[in-house]
Amino acid sequence: MSATTAGRDTPGIYHKAGSLRAERRWALWTAYASLIFAAVIFLAPPFYMLITSLKTSGEIAGMAGNPWLVRDPTLENYWAILGNPLFRQFMLNSIIVTACVVALTMVISILAAFALARMRFWGSQVLATGVFLTYLVPDTLLFIPLYQIVGGLGLLNSIWGLVLVYPTLTVPFCTWIMIGYFASIPKELDEAALIDGASWPQMLLKIFIPVALPGIIAATIFAFTVSWAAFVYPTAFVTTPDNMPLTIGVVSQLVRADTFAWGQIMAGALMAALPPVVIYAFLMDYYIAGLTAGATKG
Amino acid sequence: MAQVSLRRIVKAYEGDVQAVKGIDLEIADHEFVVLVGPSGCGKSTTLRMIAGLEEITDGEIAIGGTIVNDIPPRDRDIAMVFQNYALYPHMSVYENMAFGLTLRKFPKAEIDKRVKEAARILDITPLLERKPKALSGGQRQRVAMGRAIVRDPKVFLFDEPLSNLDAKLRVQMRTEIKKVHQTVNTTTVYVTHDQVEAMTLADRVVVMNHGVIEQVGPPQELYHNPATRFVAGFIGSPAMNFIPARLEEASGALRLQLPQGIVLDVPEARTARYRQHAGKPVLFGIRPEHLTDDKPTDKTNPAPLSLTPEVIEPMGMETLAHFKLDGAEISARLDPATPASVGAPLRLIAHMDQMHLIDPTTDRVL
Repeated sequence: MSATTAGRDTPGIYHKAGSLRAERRWALWTAYASLIFAAVIFLAPPFYMLITSLKTSGEIAGMAGNPWLVRDPTLENYWAILGNPLFRQFMLNSIIVTACVVALTMVISILAAFALARMRFWGSQVLATGVFLTYLVPDTLLFIPLYQIVGGLGLLNSIWGLVLVYPTLTVPFCTWIMIGYFASIPKELDEAALIDGASWPQMLLKIFIPVALPGIIAATIFAFTVSWAAFVYPTAFVTTPDNMPLTIGVVSQLVRADTFAWGQIMAGALMAALPPVVIYAFLMDYYIAGLTAGATKG
Repeated sequence: MAQVSLRRIVKAYEGDVQAVKGIDLEIADHEFVVLVGPSGCGKSTTLRMIAGLEEITDGEIAIGGTIVNDIPPRDRDIAMVFQNYALYPHMSVYENMAFGLTLRKFPKAEIDKRVKEAARILDITPLLERKPKALSGGQRQRVAMGRAIVRDPKVFLFDEPLSNLDAKLRVQMRTEIKKVHQTVNTTTVYVTHDQVEAMTLADRVVVMNHGVIEQVGPPQELYHNPATRFVAGFIGSPAMNFIPARLEEASGALRLQLPQGIVLDVPEARTARYRQHAGKPVLFGIRPEHLTDDKPTDKTNPAPLSLTPEVIEPMGMETLAHFKLDGAEISARLDPATPASVGAPLRLIAHMDQMHLIDPTTDRVL
């Protein structure tokens, strides 16, 4: 502060302080401009969805007026879709699949990460890298061989097939986050627990899980998001509406022949997108803490 | 109630690196033993082997007469205090201290009694409900000690417990540890690289270097009768001066020929001990506190010499003067009242009763 004041009053050696302030202002403006640009780009689609979901079918079809504004806002699309038993079924399917996948993922990831981070055994390093490499294989590449496997197990067109295959997307990344988090816990903590009389399972339950809670929450959010928003696998493996999750149900079943119920589709999509938004909003800090721990230590 | 015995303990890592090279040590019941030495000397590894946190490559460890080589840490009935405290961050102070007892399924009332008693001994009763992050370094270390005390184990193990504390707190906690040991009287093995800690705390000090024990003995014994050059240089602060010299015999008496033509008479009492080394090069070892300014002294055998200080460090209660003698760094402890200045020759007295001679080929004290 004093340097900048001096910079204003006296030339000479303090001259640079003034230019620093200008540089900072310039950086701030650039930051604001790019952030606002990014926010507009990313928020425009959901905003358009919201606007459309509040319009009547007539207003949506009408070409007059600005499409970004609502003339007669109405909740009829929401009531319609909430009254639709199919939509309620999609919602239920999504909830069941996601809950099972998150639970399964966390159990597998925590156990795997604990073993890979703490129990030194032959090949543990290679395995840890291997786990992360599997995350790099995209689902668009995996769904064909997985179709064979799921079909062989007789789980095609079943939500349990989805519960089985989603962890191929969630477990590697969650394990990787958890390895990083567990590795950041000082070694003395488990040694103290060992001396205090803890067995390995007790150490995991009473020390590691509580201490690594931010990492676990981050991994849980990730598993939730991936499972809730999965599109490729349900598109490939589920064929009848009663087994569809929200992501594909809303876009495939709310279209009658060539008639698109845009208002209802938008209302349904918006409601489907709501849970992740709410969860991120409340647990953002944990998510960032968990990800950065994984990033530096993994 | 337990003695600890180490017999030919070896710890080797991959690639045949030996951290501990077959040490033997008997620690008596109730004894406070300090393992001291520079980094990498194997002291922490030894402690961790006693704890069961490191496997033993060879040899035998017994606690209370039972060989514990294959017994896991939790069944060795030991408690350990770590350098970084290793408190469970999600538990309160009370829960931290109670954790070991809870796992061992002690009755609630007994846990409560023990935790409160330990808290009283360590003066941390008001902190019991706090989380570790709300404590200062010294308080955390007290809690770590409390966690050890409540267990009432056979042996306490301390792994450099004061290294993370600032100098003032370290001195304070040192006294605390000594007090706690006097109260609970549990057999204790304490690892530190700080020789002052070792000297002040220990019943016996074990000086380690390069994976072997250089010397074991009570602090005063190590100070006055070091067995090797390493021990002589490691114990004492500032470190002992080592000056290359030649032992000469002239008409039945021995004298030391130092660089720059300095000659010091060896006391008669030492003649018999050193005679066989006459005519050989030796290292003359003398502590800075035994190299003082030339004043009337009640000590016998003062040998005068004159040196020119390069650095003067006034410490208040004393003044340290540093000299160079033919490449050897020498320190002397002066009376603060002595007028000493850099560059001006200073008359000193070597208290030859406290001298040591070291064989430069074996590094053993003669």
